[in-house]
Amino acid sequence: MLAALLCLPALWPQSPTNERLTVGQPQKVAGKRNETLHTKIPISILPGYHVNSNTPSDDYLIPLSLTWSALGSLEGGQVTYPKPTLEKYEFAEKALSVYTGNFELAVSFKVAATAAAGPGVAVGKLRYQACNNKACFQPKTVDVTVPYSVQ
Amino acid sequence: MSAPRYFAAALAVTALLAFFLHDRSAGSAKAASVKPEKDRREAPDFTLKDADGKKVHLSDYKGKVVLLDFWATWCGPCRIEIPWFMELERQDKDKGLEVLGVAMDDEGWEAVKPFLAEMKMNYRVVMGNDETAREYGGVDALPTTFLIDREGKVAAIHIGLDATRKDYEDAVQELLQTPAGAGRTALPAGPMAAVSH
Repeated sequence: MLAALLCLPALWPQSPTNERLTVGQPQKVAGKRNETLHTKIPISILPGYHVNSNTPSDDYLIPLSLTWSALGSLEGGQVTYPKPTLEKYEFAEKALSVYTGNFELAVSFKVAATAAAGPGVAVGKLRYQACNNKACFQPKTVDVTVPYSVQ
Repeated sequence: MSAPRYFAAALAVTALLAFFLHDRSAGSAKAASVKPEKDRREAPDFTLKDADGKKVHLSDYKGKVVLLDFWATWCGPCRIEIPWFMELERQDKDKGLEVLGVAMDDEGWEAVKPFLAEMKMNYRVVMGNDETAREYGGVDALPTTFLIDREGKVAAIHIGLDATRKDYEDAVQELLQTPAGAGRTALPAGPMAAVSH
């Protein structure tokens, strides 16, 4: 029993999350009024899992989708999704359009013509639905934040 | 962390691990070898509504073998199993089997009703909720299927596509052959092990 208790710290993960998708911190962007800014949002999928791409193979599948809820002094927020891969899984007759491993979403903003100088944060929501070869998991929505500075 | 708090946390984790390993080992067993009766736990009762708005209690099915399938319309693996379960319902309803689907779509009946029609589903489906999912161990992965014996006890748990159609057929036959009242012992009711892939 004592040995088991001593081993317990090793059983606790370093991070409390067991999320199948994690969003990294995008690089801070900076620019003047009316300038176009570009950034990339790093995303990582746990090995053995996939998420549907932004253009899934079937209507019933939930796509990866990034939408902006607050842009602050920025406008646009156009998202360019990477090219998905076609993977065959046990549960589907045809190959599915998915993302696996590490990839990035490219985002472009325009600094508003009336933007005040100073820092800010654009806030978005990334919705995804993950599966492995045998099961699927409840769709989730995670916050995405892009720090920016208007010069 | 102070020593008493560490000890309490350690005990809690140990208990959780023991519970997890107990049900995990049983749950991963192939359906053809359902859990021995002495190891079965009471399936938590629930009250959920079907597509017609009628209340459904699991306890209504006491005396029947119940195949309880948590699924969602967006779940590819669920779509593999549903035709199996429709066939089981056709074959074995008269022998005492009830297939009951628990839909876990956030969009509710708006998403689920068209699917029921499209698939021509022949068994009852109720709309699930977080509370019921929690009672059944979280049901993070779909499909998650519970085979419940005539005594209302969980005889097998399948998470994802970890059993074949034949596994389900064999398990259902085994459970149907045991008459109601044959069970002698029961573990107390409680939430199922929270297992995720």
